[in-house]
Amino acid sequence: MIPLLFVAFAAVLLVSSLLVILHRSPVASALYLVLAFCSLAAIYLLLHAEFIGLVQVVVYAGAIMVLFLFVIMYLNLGRDVESGVTILLRRGLGWLLGAALVAEGALLLSRGLAPGPAVPPAAAAAAGNTQQVGLLLYSRYLFPFELTSIILLVAMIGAVVIARGRSEPPGAGAPPPAAGPAAGPPAEDA
Amino acid sequence: MIPLSWLLALSGVLFCIGVVGVLVRRNALVIFMSIELMLNAANLAFVAFSRHLNSLDGQVFVFFVMTVAAAEVAVGLAIIVNLFRLRETVFVDEINLLKG
Repeated sequence: MIPLLFVAFAAVLLVSSLLVILHRSPVASALYLVLAFCSLAAIYLLLHAEFIGLVQVVVYAGAIMVLFLFVIMYLNLGRDVESGVTILLRRGLGWLLGAALVAEGALLLSRGLAPGPAVPPAAAAAAGNTQQVGLLLYSRYLFPFELTSIILLVAMIGAVVIARGRSEPPGAGAPPPAAGPAAGPPAEDA
Repeated sequence: MIPLSWLLALSGVLFCIGVVGVLVRRNALVIFMSIELMLNAANLAFVAFSRHLNSLDGQVFVFFVMTVAAAEVAVGLAIIVNLFRLRETVFVDEINLLKG
C-alpha cells in the first residue's frame, strides 16, 4: 500500500514540476508549484516525517507561494513570449545539458549505491515525531536555531530596504512610493 | 517501507528538472521557482537518509534549509520587484547592463 501511494505521489510531483518549467504563464507555474509542494508533503508523511510535512505545507505551499503569486500579480505579468533563434538554441542546449545530468545521476545510482544496512526503527516510535524534532532542535541544535532567527531578521530588513526603491532625501515631504510586497507592513513613517 | 534508491532517484530527477528550468526559462520568477524545486530535491534526500539511518538530524537540517529558503525568497523577490521598476522587464536576457 505505501509503495503504491509513494508511486502515485511521485508521479504527481514529477508531472507538476515539469509543468512548472514548461507552462508559459507564470501564474500557472506558481499554482503547479503549489501542487508539487503538496505532493512532496504527502511523501514526507509517508516517510514518517510528520513535522517536516506539515511545515512544508505551511511554509512553502502557504507563505512562500503566496509571496510569489503576490509579486506576479503586482508586476502584472502576462504569458512569456519565447521565440527567436537564440532562445530556441539556448532552450535546446538547456534540455541537452539536463538530459546529460539525468544520465549521469542514473549511472551513479545504478552502480555506485551501497547505502549499508538500514538501522532498525527502534526508539523512533516511542514518542511523536514533532516532539522528538523539537527536543533535538532545542538541545543539540539550539545555537543554529537561534542563528536562523537572525537570518530571518536580516531577510526582513533587507526586503524592506530593497523593495522600498530609491531613497529620497530626508525631509523632502513626499512619501516614498509603495512599499514592496515582501516588506510586510508598508513603511508609512519612512 | 519505501526503498532508499527510489527516493534518491526521485530526488535526483526533481533536481534535474530544476536545473533545466533555470537553463531554459528567461522569466526571472520562473527561474526562482526552479531554484525552489532544487532546494526541495535536496530536502527530499535529507528526509530519505534520515529515514534510512533512523536519525532525526536530517529532518532538523530540512528545517534550517526551509528557513534559509524563506529568507532567500523574500530578498530575491524584493530584488526582482526593484529590477522591474528600473528596467520594466523580468526577462533575464534583457538585463544586460554588465555585458559591456
